[in-house]
Amino acid sequence: MIQGTNTGRAAMKLNERSLAFYATCDAPVDNAGFLHKRGGRGAGSHRRWFVLRGNMLFYFESEASREPLGVILLEGCTVELVDAREEFAFAVRFAGGRSRSYVLAADSQAALEGWVKALSRASFHYLRLVVRELEQQLAAMREGSPANTLSANPNPISNPRPKENGRAVWSALPEQPTAAPKRPPLPPRRRASAPNRPLASFAQLHEHYGREVRALRSQWRGGQAGLAGLEVWHRSSSGGTHTQDQP
Amino acid sequence: MRYNEKELQALSRQPAEMAAELGMRGPKKGSVAKRRLVKLVVNFLFYFRPDEAEPLGALLLERCRVAQEEPGGFSISFVEDLSRKYHFECCSQEQCQEWMEALRRASYEYMRQSLIFYRNEIRKMTGKAPCTPQDPLEQFGISEEARFQLNSLPRDEQTCTGSQLGVLD
Repeated sequence: MIQGTNTGRAAMKLNERSLAFYATCDAPVDNAGFLHKRGGRGAGSHRRWFVLRGNMLFYFESEASREPLGVILLEGCTVELVDAREEFAFAVRFAGGRSRSYVLAADSQAALEGWVKALSRASFHYLRLVVRELEQQLAAMREGSPANTLSANPNPISNPRPKENGRAVWSALPEQPTAAPKRPPLPPRRRASAPNRPLASFAQLHEHYGREVRALRSQWRGGQAGLAGLEVWHRSSSGGTHTQDQP
Repeated sequence: MRYNEKELQALSRQPAEMAAELGMRGPKKGSVAKRRLVKLVVNFLFYFRPDEAEPLGALLLERCRVAQEEPGGFSISFVEDLSRKYHFECCSQEQCQEWMEALRRASYEYMRQSLIFYRNEIRKMTGKAPCTPQDPLEQFGISEEARFQLNSLPRDEQTCTGSQLGVLD
């Protein structure tokens, strides 16, 4: 779909189909609700269904729409309250001369606050900053002596609490899988290991488990058309600790 | 779909996690590989004609699958139609490996999972949640316990949570 531009050259291509699927997939959203959106160039405002996912704010004609009308990339934006003719109004603004502001209005004070909070923390850059800070905190804690850490749990890892093990992948350091290879290609539950292991970074663990999953997946694939098996694997994750039967 | 093209173009000019000239071939049948300057910025992959300042296009890297193709080549496709692949040719398998790893970690959802991971690790060591000034998950009123379970929360539109386990390759 071509958007008009002032320069006369074709608009940037974007993988819009994938974007639409990302907007409407059944993964959890970061915020959703109705907002009034002012149209461009002084046109009236319309009530749209907004969905925030990651650093992308999608808007739909209605809650049931299959495809978004549009999306606002939120990187580099600021979010501020505005004194506007609408009640509960706020604006999403971007730096730079000709950039458009999006003036949006919620239906209540609570909704307004929820949106302002969610949008001001939505950027990828911000999330990455927080992750890096936690990464550093964790590294510093592991380097320090146990006496330095705040209220250190005397038995941090001997008995993993079941509720910490959602998908089980991220709460433990790499170990031999406890499940037989014939099981469905979910990462098996792992017992947390002793605290003296070297810290594995998230990226290392992700790569490690990724390799394992890819290997399991190719074991499973044998003859399955397309990724039907894969799709089942993703959609069947309905919580906590569970076993499931794979075709 | 309307989108704020100006901001996307501005994003393409920001410092990149990875940038290189690669061969690139679109998913359409019969498309030919062309040299493109490919640039990874946050969760977008921009591609330019090598001599131009404005990107030809961008791929949002959510729910995507990055796979090795021939040696030195990889593809990106998306969960809703994994057969539709964007192909990339690198000058070496090392470069190819580097790109694949970077692209697999490039999504917002991946970054969110790593947040949950580090919070969990810190919590295990201290017995309580870490102090961060503005916790991106806190605003959604998710209980301490629930937020560490990646997939145990209801999937309606009113709650936010950690994410589904993303596509790993």
